[in-house]
Order: sequence, then C-alpha cells, then structure tokens
Amino acid sequence: MAAITKNVEEIRNRVILGEFGVKNVHTTDYPGNYPGYDDTWDLEKFQKNFRIDVVNLDESSMEFDMVGIDAAIANAFRRILLAEVPTMAIEKVFIYNNTSIVQDEVLAHRLGLIPIKADPRLFEYRNTVSGDETVEEEGSEIDTIQLQLKIKCSRNPRASKDSSDPRELYLNHMVYSKDIKWVPIGNQADVFVDSGIGPVHDDILVAQLRPGQELDITMHCVKGIGKDHAKFSPVATASYRLLPEITLLEPVEGEMAERLKRCFSRGVIELEDVNGTKVAKVVNSRPDTCSREVLRHDDLKNVVKLGRVRDHFIFTVESTGILPPDVLVTEAVKVLMTKCQRFLGELDSSEME
Amino acid sequence: MAGEGEKKPVLEMVQADGADEGCVTFVLHDEDHTLGNSLRYLIMKNGDVDFCGYTITHPSESKINFRIQTRGGVAATEPLRRGLNELSDVCQHVLNTFQARVNEFKERQEQPME
Repeated sequence: MAAITKNVEEIRNRVILGEFGVKNVHTTDYPGNYPGYDDTWDLEKFQKNFRIDVVNLDESSMEFDMVGIDAAIANAFRRILLAEVPTMAIEKVFIYNNTSIVQDEVLAHRLGLIPIKADPRLFEYRNTVSGDETVEEEGSEIDTIQLQLKIKCSRNPRASKDSSDPRELYLNHMVYSKDIKWVPIGNQADVFVDSGIGPVHDDILVAQLRPGQELDITMHCVKGIGKDHAKFSPVATASYRLLPEITLLEPVEGEMAERLKRCFSRGVIELEDVNGTKVAKVVNSRPDTCSREVLRHDDLKNVVKLGRVRDHFIFTVESTGILPPDVLVTEAVKVLMTKCQRFLGELDSSEME
Repeated sequence: MAGEGEKKPVLEMVQADGADEGCVTFVLHDEDHTLGNSLRYLIMKNGDVDFCGYTITHPSESKINFRIQTRGGVAATEPLRRGLNELSDVCQHVLNTFQARVNEFKERQEQPME
C-alpha cells in the first residue's frame, strides 16, 4: 500500500523524464481521480502553498520562481506577456520623400519594429469609427504619439581627397533610430516632460544613404497588443521551465561518478572524497538543462531518476526596454483579471434580461 | 450580419434541443487558450462539474466553444461564474505576492549600497 501511495504522489507531483519519452505530463489532480485526495478547489490551500521568489531583477530582465500553481494558469501569464500586454509602436508611416534605396514598404516595416519608450498605461486605444472597423478616427493627444524623421545625406567638405571610407566622405549616411524626433501633440509636451518619448535604443540602423538621398517621414504611434502584430509585444522573450529534480538511486563511485558528473550541466553533480574513493552527489539540480545525456550510458541510466517538479515554474522575462520586467508581469496578471471581470459582467447583464 | 451600431457579442450560450440548463456550450468571443485553459482547469476542480472542455473553432476565428456539463441539476452558469471568480481571486493573490516579493528584493538590493 505504501508503494502505491508513493507512486500516486509521484504521478501527481512530478514529470518524469524517461529514456523514450516524458511521462506524467498532464495535470491529473481533479476531484474524483484519486481516492483519498480532496482535489476540489480551495483558495486558502492555494494561498498557503503559493510562493514567489525573485532570483534576479534589473532594468531589462528578471528571473523568478512561481511555486504552487498549475501550468494552465502559469502558461496564461506567459501567453499574456507575449501577446496581450499593450505597448506603443509605430503604426502609420507618412512618407513625404524617400529617395534612398530602401523601398517605402520595407522602410515602414523597419520603423514599425523599433521599440518606442512611452508608457502605454498613459494612453488609450485608438477608437474605430462606430460600425466600420476599417475606418479609424483621427488621432489625438490621448491615443497617438507623433514622430518625425527628416534627414539628408551630403558630401563631407572636410574629407581628405584620397579617402575611400564612407564614414569620412559623407555626412548623415547612416540613419539611426536616434534621428527620430518626437513631435508633441496638444498638451503632451507638458504631460510627458520628464519621461522624454522616443526610441528605446539610439543605435538601431534604419537605412543607409548616399549624397543627395533624403528621408522625410512622419510617423504615428498607437497603442496595440502583440496578438495584432509582434511589434507591440513588450518582451524579447518570456518563458518558463520546470525545476529539474535529479535523484541518485544508489551510490555511484569512481570512474562512473566522473562520467555521471559530465552528463549534467556544470555545478549539478560534485564528487565527494569518502575514504579515498570519489562518490557522486547531487549538489544543485536547478541549473541542469535536462538533456537526458545520462540515459545514453547503459550502466548509469538505471542509477538515476530524472524528474521535474510539476508546480515549480522558473520564469524568465526579458523586456524590450519599454517597461521594466516586474511592471510587465504585474500588468500581465491584471490583464487576466480584466478578462475574468469582462465575462462576469457579461454573465450578470445577460441574466438581467 | 451584425447591423450598424450593433455591439459585437462577448458571450453567447448555445444549448441543444431538449437539453437542460446543466449542459451548455458558452461561446467566448476574442478568447483563446489563455483564458480557456486556465478557466477549464479551475472549473474542472469544481465537484459539481461532470465535464468541462473547450475548443478553438477555427484558427482564423477568434472565439472558443466552452462546454460545461454539471451533475445534480446545477445550472451551467454557476460553475462558470464561480470559475471566473476563483481565477480572479488567484490573480489577485499572485499579484499581491509578486509585488511584495519584488519590493523586498529591491530593498535588499539597495541596502548594501549604503
């Protein structure tokens, strides 16, 4: 009986990495599945077991552990980070003059992908004219940022005669994102006086010019989400992995221990000296990549058990620099709450009828 | 076709002929696995629910069919409402915990500077 209980616990709480596949992938802890377990939802139990540990946080990226939550909900946060947290991006490009070799549409696409530093929470979505989704209303100070790119390339009069280096010969021959200037509309100049709206990075190459070529472009940034276009995605990456768990089923010594150590990422397994023989010990399974290399060694594959903790998510969020990563995660959680509220409101109003 | 000025539907209820109110397919517009799977998980955790599942009707349609079948004559709207409330509570707890931990982390980082 004890063996069965142990096995059930393993099925419920661990994902097993086997030689020919990954076992116990799906969540099974639903009411009625396991006799003797109460699997009905209990908020207090969840609150008791749930835990977040911030491992690393700086202006562009963060890593944190989210423990005690189901993959369905953790995955919802990840998906929202990628596709549903809004940002501002260039949506409309008005090209008055473009004599460079970059075609208008290619240039417009390149401009759209430049991250724009502007807090999307301070802007509204652009309204569509009622009844027709294709016709948009004229932008205003609450939903549009206007940017301008006006640059002309010329010969450098001070360049030496025998020079062949374009950097010396020409002026303005490289167009960078720093050449994009913000044109405040309405009261924006007063409201955003501290934040300074413009591209996040100054050194994104937009186009190359030769003497006589010029660009004269006005751009409108609007609020949008990554589901509509990837340029609105606020993250470079947002991903999670499950915490690896490596268990040695029997003592591993000598040459086998050396080989075992090399099967895993650095720092996972260390060798201890016990009475002159080297004995392998799992020190820290967290950095392991779960490559399953050890299962290729016939003498080693039966002495280790590879698993992952089902409810321990190691999140990595890398921001594009528009908002700090911790703000992005809080926004993502709020988006999921808004979704719930939207349908709760709809349920209430449909029952009134 | 939706007429001029008519609002796009957010939530629809579809019932088979002769089915009771315990077997309902809800059509959630503008939703996908993000809400679908997390909501399904919480509703399946409800003891009154016999079956809960969802499908994305077609990749080019942005809606999901969300099916709930209940036990013992409970109306299908009840587990849906409860699931939405529970998911909202979970989010609130995650949000509070996350903000508390981030603030702690930031304070800890500032201290060695002093």
